[in-house]
Amino acid sequence: MSTHTNPSTPRERLVVVGNGMAGIRTLEELLAKAPDRYDITVFGAEPHPNYNRIMLSPVLAGEKTFEQIVLNGRDWYEANGIKLLTGDRVEVIDRAHRTVTAMSGLTVPYDRLLIATGSTPVIIPVPGSTLPGVVGFRDLADVDTMLEAAAKGGRAVVIGGGLLGLEAANGLKVKGMDVTVLHLMDTLMERQLDRSAGALLRHELERRGITVLTGADTAEIVGNECVSAVRLKNGQELPADLVVMAVGIRPNMALGKAAGLACGRGIQVDDAMTTSDPAILSVGECVEHRGQTYGLVAPLFEMAKVAAARLAGSSEAIYTGSVTSTKLKVTGVDVFSAGDFTGGKDCEDIVFRDAARGVYKRVVVKENRILGAVLYGDTKDGGWYFQMLKDGTEVAPVRDTLIFGQSFGGEGAANPKAAVAALPDSAEICGCNGVCKGTIVTAITEKGLSNLDEVRAHTKASASCGSCTGQVEQLLALTLGDGYAGEAKAKPMCKCTDRTHDEVRRAITALTLKSIPDVMQRLEWRTPDGCHHCRPALNYYLLCEWPGEYKDDSRSRYINERVHANIQKDGTYSVVPRMWGGLTSAKELRAIADVVDKFAIPTVKVTGGQRIDLFGVKKEDLPAVWADLNAAGMVSGHAYAKGLRTVKTCVGSEWCRFGTQDSTGLGVKLERMTWGTWTPHKVKLAVSGCPRNCAEATIKDLGVVCVDSGYELHVGGNGGMHVRACDLLVKVETEAEVLEYTGAYMQLYREEARYLERTAPWLERVGLDHIKRRLVDDAEGRAALNARFLFSQSFSQDDPWAERANGSVDRHEFAPLAQVG
Amino acid sequence: MDQSISWITVGSVEDIPRQGSRVVRTDFGDIALFRTVTDEVYALEDRCPHAGGPLSQGIVHGARVTCPLHSWVIDLASGEAVGPDEGCAGHCPVRVVDGAVQLGLAAFRPGRGGCGHG
Ligand code: SRM
Ligand SMILES: Cc1cc2nc3c(=O)[nH]c(=O)nc-3n(C[C@H](O)[C@H](O)[C@H](O)COP(=O)(O)OP(=O)(O)OC[C@H]3O[C@@H](n4cnc5c(N)ncnc54)[C@H](O)[C@@H]3O)c2cc1C
Ligand code: SF4
Ligand code: FES
Repeated sequence: MSTHTNPSTPRERLVVVGNGMAGIRTLEELLAKAPDRYDITVFGAEPHPNYNRIMLSPVLAGEKTFEQIVLNGRDWYEANGIKLLTGDRVEVIDRAHRTVTAMSGLTVPYDRLLIATGSTPVIIPVPGSTLPGVVGFRDLADVDTMLEAAAKGGRAVVIGGGLLGLEAANGLKVKGMDVTVLHLMDTLMERQLDRSAGALLRHELERRGITVLTGADTAEIVGNECVSAVRLKNGQELPADLVVMAVGIRPNMALGKAAGLACGRGIQVDDAMTTSDPAILSVGECVEHRGQTYGLVAPLFEMAKVAAARLAGSSEAIYTGSVTSTKLKVTGVDVFSAGDFTGGKDCEDIVFRDAARGVYKRVVVKENRILGAVLYGDTKDGGWYFQMLKDGTEVAPVRDTLIFGQSFGGEGAANPKAAVAALPDSAEICGCNGVCKGTIVTAITEKGLSNLDEVRAHTKASASCGSCTGQVEQLLALTLGDGYAGEAKAKPMCKCTDRTHDEVRRAITALTLKSIPDVMQRLEWRTPDGCHHCRPALNYYLLCEWPGEYKDDSRSRYINERVHANIQKDGTYSVVPRMWGGLTSAKELRAIADVVDKFAIPTVKVTGGQRIDLFGVKKEDLPAVWADLNAAGMVSGHAYAKGLRTVKTCVGSEWCRFGTQDSTGLGVKLERMTWGTWTPHKVKLAVSGCPRNCAEATIKDLGVVCVDSGYELHVGGNGGMHVRACDLLVKVETEAEVLEYTGAYMQLYREEARYLERTAPWLERVGLDHIKRRLVDDAEGRAALNARFLFSQSFSQDDPWAERANGSVDRHEFAPLAQVG
Repeated sequence: MDQSISWITVGSVEDIPRQGSRVVRTDFGDIALFRTVTDEVYALEDRCPHAGGPLSQGIVHGARVTCPLHSWVIDLASGEAVGPDEGCAGHCPVRVVDGAVQLGLAAFRPGRGGCGHG
């Protein structure tokens, strides 16, 4: 085909189908290159001139008017001699005769055709999805529908927690609706954000009053004439006056497909943006190029440039695909993401967190080049990273300071001591407790304080979240000069953080941190998701702090606690059913014998904890073994748990000639009360019926020794590596008191001990006096501790075996993924 | 190089818990597939180079797994033990295509080190 413009011959006819962002951008580029080459006709299905679709979100939120987002008004088309047909959808392309025919019946011939039909929102085909009140978020008509609904107030449910869904949710919230976002995955915008950034975003949206439900799978949209609710697969029903579907987009390729153009996920084009018919080009979201489709404007504009050059006669311009970056347009929420940030083979993750400013940045580097980036809270360097990513810039020279951004350098690296010295006395140092510099300095000089703990005790500065600890130390150094010896550094939890267990726990309480990603963000973890030291500890601390509310993270549990059995050296498991207080029965023993036969269990052993251990069970058999044991009334013995293990008992007054009290019965009561609890380390109890102490109660975490006049409670014993005999805590007169003391003691241990610290080292660290003060001297405090223990128990006394035996929990843990070969 | 490997689809990324692992039984023994917090997928022989512990049962953190038996830390990409420990778990090429996890079993490389007793 001839490619040279010759003004004397009649002009070629160019028809554009789709009056949207890509089509019209192509015309703008074409007019700049070859203003007179074509007679141009544009068909647009929408009744409007070309507008900036991405600004529909600000229009919805009331930050812009439609007039402000029009890109090219009708006068522009006129001035350029373009015939614009709005509100007229093209229905047919006749390639043989080179014409298009629109809904109105109008037929227009073309020499070159440009298809730029964009895409349509995916409407998931659940029952009720066609009811009035269900909208997508694509064009001005959708925005008008939403604004109309919002004017009446009421409730909106947005299905889809991606870019579009969240912008819709924010807009509707700003307009006064009650908004819930349903998202199938557990991370919002999971294609653009990693878990940390996703969690921050979620909190911000929740702070703005938007409800976010993740893992939410829509089953049905309920309503008669109009939507009234959305029902989830788990049965939950959310009342709704408006439902916005924002679960994805589908390229509009029907027109091209009907005309016989090659189509895959979109209309297929080559690097010249030409379809399988050389007379027809296509750009925008409707195309598939090198197997990719796009849903952002930047790549479409690159396509438009190439298509325009080709239409203007170039035989060289090519489009080779785009790397994209994303920003969320919710005012006050800065989110940026680009490239591949999944990390992985030979990749290095550089993570920066500044909790005080709510900043999270992660740059993924591979072979000295940036592969991807996720930024939250501070996105000003997004463009810089993105440019280096696209250019494949070597980052080795700036590697060490890369994460601090482009402007990092001389000034940014100011001396922290000088910075604190320069602060006025009125400057607030501790945000949690509102303590300013002057107060701290005065306390140091007047009260003669010499270390951090004393400053904490006297001023409360750094006593909550601890993020000002560094500054308080600077103040000590500035005030005391050489007189400040520095802090005897307590050991940090692990290599992921500088904070100690105690600091982390304090922060969880003070800052109301409710998830592991939350803790890692606010306390500035150095790794993306921690390690095998900190994750189980954090999981425990959160579980203890937020009973009933915190959802246990099985991925942060050691295998034994994850699958509720003990792993053995050959990868098989051992199974220990609970025998309350060491009691069993013919029925239980028979069931155990049957299970042993049925599953060919190689070893059966009586444990040191007065119960029976079945060794060598194959992992796949665990659910079936449990089902059989459950059927005989037996539950997990938690022989694997950092939790209550056993309550050993002796015979007691029921049979023994020396027995003073019913030690067996009391042991059963104690075990019924305490089983299922999660504790910093394992806990073992025992009850002996007399001071002969056959249950070895005085080397247990808590041991009861019965005497004629009542019960002696002994605490902090250990029979393990370092044998420690218990200390006597108190003597009480009734069983009820034993139970109350036990609950209170368990809870004090749960709240105060560090993860993996048993009661013996805990007691030695805090002192017996401390424990007596809390439990013996303070009756009210004791009752409160016991109440907290029982409250947390109300959430933890479900047999983990039963849940897994019937396949309702963690089924994937027990079956291989596949068998090949 | 990729062309010479034949890829076998063994399941989808969603089948593997994030920060977790699933096992595929093969003629080379069990292969553990790991999915990291950022959805990267790796495949290692399910045998720790230390004493044969099942790595699939470990805690996954970053692109590493901690063996459940004696807490060696293994790099998921290379199979190498991290830090002072010496040894390498067998590994197998793996890729994800449209959410499907595919193993290049023919290119399986056995591990070395340790006193594995299977
Ligand atoms: C099965 C059993 C030995 C037996 O055949 O008798 C046993 C077996 C194990 N003990 Fe024990 N201990 C068993 C009673 C004890 C006792 C005796 C007792 O409870 O009266 C003690 C000393 C008492 C104490 O804890 O103070 C005991 C002190 C330990 C210790 C040292 C704890 C310490 O604080 O020093 C460990 C190591 C640890 O927990 O870190 C340990 C660890 C283990 C582990 C979990 C080793 C491991 O990590 O794999 C063994 C798991 C076996 C399994 O797969 O079932 N086991 N272990 C006993 C199970 C009791 C039960 O019914 O649940
Ligand atoms: C609310 C919202 C926010 C967004 N935010 C961003 C953002 O922040 N950043 C970003 O990069 N991208 C964003 N996008 C995506 C961006 O708007 C699209 O990528 C871009 O508009 C696609 O351009 P297009 O020309 O391919 O399709 P469109 O702009 O949709 O244009 C296609 C036009 O063709 C018309 N049409 C379809 N079929 C026919 C037919 N048979 N006959 C006649 N006309 C037809 C359609 O009515 C439509 O007007 C957003 C999109 C939405 C909806
Ligand atoms: S004493 Fe306990 S930990 Fe040691 S071998 Fe025996 S059961 Fe295992
Ligand atoms: S077998 Fe893995 S650490 Fe020992």
